[in-house]
Amino acid sequence: MDTNLLLIAGALMLALGGVLGVVIGIFVKKFKVVSNPLADLALELLPGANCGGCGYAGCADFASALAAGKAVPSGCPVSSAEQISAISCALGVDAGELERKCAVVLCRGDAGDVRSMNYNGAMDCVAANLVAGGPQECRYGCLGLGTCARKCPFGAIEIIGQVAVVHRELCVGCGKCVTACPRGVIKLVPAAAEYHVYCNSPEKGVAKRQFCKAGCIGCRKCERIVPEMFKVGGFLSQVNYESGQYPDREIAEKINCPVGGLIDFDTRIAAARANAEGKNDQ
Amino acid sequence: MKYLELTVGAVLVYNFVLSRFLGICPFLGVSKRLDTALGMGGAVTVVMAMASGLTSLIANYLLKFSIGGKVVELGFLRVLLFILVIASLVQLLEIMLQKLSPVLYRALGIYLPLITTNCAVLGAATINAESARGVIDSIIFGTFSGIGFALALVLFSSIREKLELAAPPKAFEGTPLALITAGILAMAFVGFSGLC
Repeated sequence: MDTNLLLIAGALMLALGGVLGVVIGIFVKKFKVVSNPLADLALELLPGANCGGCGYAGCADFASALAAGKAVPSGCPVSSAEQISAISCALGVDAGELERKCAVVLCRGDAGDVRSMNYNGAMDCVAANLVAGGPQECRYGCLGLGTCARKCPFGAIEIIGQVAVVHRELCVGCGKCVTACPRGVIKLVPAAAEYHVYCNSPEKGVAKRQFCKAGCIGCRKCERIVPEMFKVGGFLSQVNYESGQYPDREIAEKINCPVGGLIDFDTRIAAARANAEGKNDQ
Repeated sequence: MKYLELTVGAVLVYNFVLSRFLGICPFLGVSKRLDTALGMGGAVTVVMAMASGLTSLIANYLLKFSIGGKVVELGFLRVLLFILVIASLVQLLEIMLQKLSPVLYRALGIYLPLITTNCAVLGAATINAESARGVIDSIIFGTFSGIGFALALVLFSSIREKLELAAPPKAFEGTPLALITAGILAMAFVGFSGLC
């Protein structure tokens, strides 16, 4: 091989590499992105869950909104009170106040057998709901195929038997499950409320009773005893979450719901487990 | 006829992923969801078009020239030079996108580092050089090859999104099922052979 050829090849590679290196260097200088150091700091202190519970595209987006003063640190539902105060101290802004939310699956459909057909399709609530309105008699209840549980970034939803339940200590209230549920049976409620009416169907009490023993019959007993805490629409009673006062244990015992629909999170989970075990035994 | 081969041929008949089996890594890696597949497909199309133009300039004017009546052949440097130029091009594109269009950067920019040494991009450049295509033809071929790549990726990711909900036997879950699906998709594309 010709030595000259090698020399030319080497020179060409060196020259091209050098030129490209210089060009990249110039571009890096010229197109430098100046990032806000406050945003970087806030991003470091944020939990990095990227759940979108704050209403922004992710933690990075929220951090730049914080740095620009467009959001307050308490907008992050995942951070604990200490973390939020750490962020507000670091940024030198007011922490702001946020009412903590928690998701709750308002259904006790596992108490009876509410299936109207055998569904063998894709194990997904959205898909199941599309087939003749879902494999249940009740058009409003939880399908229990776990679309919400798969969407939850925090693993706060568990499918027990045929129904989803929320673990309150894990839920941060980002609302991903609420948008994922095709039936709208999951609601975001104030985390301070412990007792809920576990039914989502506004149908007539008699119609509900035919396939679900756990549905609200709309007897208005709760509304009569504490009218400020409940609102009854059609045949469905709901805790009035806007009132700022929520039923506690004492009130729930006083009301003593005839169908046992007014219960707290722990009772709900325990009942779901008992129901699932009972079904397995059969 | 030439242009039919450069356009329809590049997209369907000689599809980069499904007929030439180039760029399999991103084909399996970023095809779990449709939106990431669209982002990657767009990024590859842009980079392939630009890289094809630039590398064909190099292949036509830099690898063969004459000094003082003596012809210098540097064909053996082709792969080396192409890699160097493509990697630099992708870096420049990433730097510029980040500054000029943060929205586009968020949509396409995160895939650019993956493309830097993607064999599909180098493949397009090499195929152009081997077919001794001109600069314009190379750019057309590069663009449509990128579109073909994006098409394969979008088709595949749509199928995979549906398969997520299926319940295959344990041994087939994940990559095995993806590879089988890719094989069936490739067989479907064989049907286009002879089109041009």
